Amino acid sequence: MSRTDTSDPNYYHKVVDCQWACPAHTNVPEYIRMIANGRFDDAYILNRESNVFPGILGRTCDRPCEPACRRGRIDGKPVAICRLKRVAADQKDDITDRLPAIPAKKNGKKVALVGAGPSALTVANDLMPLGYQCTIFEKGPRPGGLMRINIPAFRLPEEVLDEEIGYITNMGVEMKYETPVSSLKSLVDSKDYDAVFVGSGAPKGKELEIPGRHDTDQIFIGIEWLESIHFGHITSVGTRVLIIGVGNTAMDCCRSAKRLGATDVKVISRKTRKYFKASPWELEDAEEEQVDILENLSPVRFIVENGKLTGMEFDQFTSQEVNGKLVQEPAGRIILPCDSVVLAIGQENAFPWIERDIGLEFDKKWDMPVVDKTTFMSTRPGVFFGGDAAFGPANIIWAVEHGHQAAISIDLFCQGLNVAGRPPHRLSLTSTKMGLHEWSYSNDYDPVQRQKMKHVNLPERFSKMTVEVEEGFTAEQTRAEVERCLNCDVQTHFTDSLCIECDACIDICPVDCLTIVPEAPTEPDLRQHLTAPAENLDQPLFQSGPLKQTGRLMVKDENICLHCGLCAERCPTYAWDMRKFVLELPYAGTAFIPLEAVGR
Amino acid sequence: MSYIAKPKVHHPSLKKNTLGLTRRDYEGAITTLCAGCGHDSITAAIIHAFWELNIAPHKVAKLSGIGCSSKTPAYFLREAHGFNSVHGRMPAVATGANAANGDLIMIGVSGDGDSLSIGLGQLCHAIRRNVNMLYVLENNGVYGLTKGQFSASADPGSTAKKGEANTMQAIDGALLALTLGATFVARSFSGDKNQLVPIIQAGIAHRGFAFVDVISPCVTFNDHEGSTKSYAYTREHAVEVVHADFVPLRDPITTDYPEGTVQHVTLHDGSTVKLRKVAKDYDATNRDAAYAAIRDHQRRGEVMTGLLYISPDSQDVHAQNETVPGPLTSIPHDQLCPGNDALQKLQQQFR
Repeated sequence: MSRTDTSDPNYYHKVVDCQWACPAHTNVPEYIRMIANGRFDDAYILNRESNVFPGILGRTCDRPCEPACRRGRIDGKPVAICRLKRVAADQKDDITDRLPAIPAKKNGKKVALVGAGPSALTVANDLMPLGYQCTIFEKGPRPGGLMRINIPAFRLPEEVLDEEIGYITNMGVEMKYETPVSSLKSLVDSKDYDAVFVGSGAPKGKELEIPGRHDTDQIFIGIEWLESIHFGHITSVGTRVLIIGVGNTAMDCCRSAKRLGATDVKVISRKTRKYFKASPWELEDAEEEQVDILENLSPVRFIVENGKLTGMEFDQFTSQEVNGKLVQEPAGRIILPCDSVVLAIGQENAFPWIERDIGLEFDKKWDMPVVDKTTFMSTRPGVFFGGDAAFGPANIIWAVEHGHQAAISIDLFCQGLNVAGRPPHRLSLTSTKMGLHEWSYSNDYDPVQRQKMKHVNLPERFSKMTVEVEEGFTAEQTRAEVERCLNCDVQTHFTDSLCIECDACIDICPVDCLTIVPEAPTEPDLRQHLTAPAENLDQPLFQSGPLKQTGRLMVKDENICLHCGLCAERCPTYAWDMRKFVLELPYAGTAFIPLEAVGR
Repeated sequence: MSYIAKPKVHHPSLKKNTLGLTRRDYEGAITTLCAGCGHDSITAAIIHAFWELNIAPHKVAKLSGIGCSSKTPAYFLREAHGFNSVHGRMPAVATGANAANGDLIMIGVSGDGDSLSIGLGQLCHAIRRNVNMLYVLENNGVYGLTKGQFSASADPGSTAKKGEANTMQAIDGALLALTLGATFVARSFSGDKNQLVPIIQAGIAHRGFAFVDVISPCVTFNDHEGSTKSYAYTREHAVEVVHADFVPLRDPITTDYPEGTVQHVTLHDGSTVKLRKVAKDYDATNRDAAYAAIRDHQRRGEVMTGLLYISPDSQDVHAQNETVPGPLTSIPHDQLCPGNDALQKLQQQFR
């Protein structure tokens, strides 16, 4: 093993678990500190820089950051990152004057974007400030894509959508509503545009072709059904409703059914809870609304009597875990009576409007366009994909990140540069030392537990489709929750040549992260011979070079470091310092948005 | 000093001893000493030693005098008894406490000023009485609390931070203790816990006065190039002659060293100190040889470390005086204070 290269942005980035896990690499600890200081505008702008839709994502994000959060490894519950994001969005003042300026003089390049969902809106957001002219073709009457028509209003109020999408459309994007693109060939051949971005989503719900499927009008496809509810085409449902599938769309469907008047709503899963696709918090929210979730059932047929749906038959299974794998054995059949069924078993892409002879290659197996995972360009130069349209259904935050990357590529492409020549990630490190034992961040560990989101009472929320269930954190809850963040971006930075091996850091560390070892064996061996064994293999070890006095090495297990700064406080020689790490991410047209612009 | 308390959370793999306590349960308040002080490392070694020996903190009395070192009992075993005495008078207070309750496990923490200057006489008499206690002398060669004047242990020729050389002879605590008949004499270094922890454990188990001189660099006033008590100097010049491994009573003794290189000394409570001879032919039970060896290393400019001397037949102050077993508080009052008649009878014997 050799000395850990902390000048590689990836090393410290990985220590900031939330930021590393976020597809858009949002600088979470920094915006939480801003919220802690009441700097809601700054927190919002910092968020917006990477994730573009803080208010929307603060309510609906799949939050890959939270399972990754180091706090979860300390006291079992991660910081409520997502809901703190919502605090910034809810509490901010008017920030329109801090949005990027749009040049009056355009650069002469035109970009067509297909679909007004999160990925295309992100592309427009990144390109408009550079002088591009963007045109979005949207088949529906309003922008937002699945964010608008598939996420029910009780989770995401329309005003929030309108506001954040408005920030982008008001940049002067040409919006062509109710204008579905029926031929990519004609769009490309028209030569009106220098580049085309396809962000048309995965708009097709999966079918379940079993007997009885087409014998009644009470069987619905989940995403289409949610869309019909959104547009007011569907205003009621049977009293007994079965939802087939147990992903996040199924959760939206079952909760919508409760609001349309259904009293007996059951969600049906083939597997056991451990394998549910829905996020744990969405499952909890559905169960709070008295939705039953049934496991180990696989659909056999719909029972339709005299044209009326009366029930559904299922194979039953018993389940057990064998060597970490689910083993299911048949255990008879069961009939569940119902009046309506909603199928929420997944989504598919559909590109009937893309001709297969325009030099845009499709994958044989899945019939999906071949898209480069880094540049997001298809095999036809100048045609880019992003969001669910690129690699199948994912989530909003992935769509945003695709948009950022595609925007970089489009900018490179329009300038005649190589799209594969990606601008580098950079890092900056700044000491947070303010005084002898004072730091510019709140380094004291606060044992407070994760704050529980308050919900509107059941009768009130069932009264209308648009009553937002989550009330948002109160000021007191916000104050408590921000202190739970461990400030993982404030890095324990070590300078080998300054260390006098006095052991002070090792003695003070509350979580036994540090060890001075005589020599560097292989990493697996080293992991077992530290002050405390380093058993989380996902977490890196820091290793210094040989120390001055004995030639031994300083080793740090990053796993459960509290970033309390005590190692640096007890260090007599400044060998340990607490340095704030900022990952400088590239965006289209700029290496990095300067620190001042986001008020850091 | 740090403004925040050490967070209570700990590593999930933190082990418990047979009392169900973790190492963290043996800690005290957060230190107020300078960052990097050797004393803090000794505190950590004491915490580790007591935890590993499964000693309940409330069965321990920690005593100290005045000085940087004497502040440290606040930083370990927060549930132990404690007494912070007048400068240099800790040995007398310890002797009294031990006389009253011989069941308490006693640890005295002192510095080179407290022990070798103002309290030198006190130390001498505690040694010759063989009070049953662990006596840790945290030795940094300077008066840190009054900004770094030379102490009585400063070596001649070593310099102060601003360059002035010391002209007086040094008092070597280990030589002094040997001369006065100490039954356990060790020297160690705050920067070497592998050596220090077992020495502390053996000192706790030793029945009698266990004197441990620990070189403990003063990072603020005596960690410079002219110092002979700095981290760098000590690392460069320390010579370990014998390495002590403490073997508690319940553990079997396994010999994994070539014959003739290991010497076993059984302590009063049945536990064993296994002395691994790093220097050939060193006999840690020979007082005169130990004395000569220390002088020999001194002449060569070396700092001899390890468990330098241990007397296998130590008789502590209670054994010498044939006192009653157990603490005085456990003796019924009419026996402890048998009244005027008994006093008259006693006095009659001396007439």
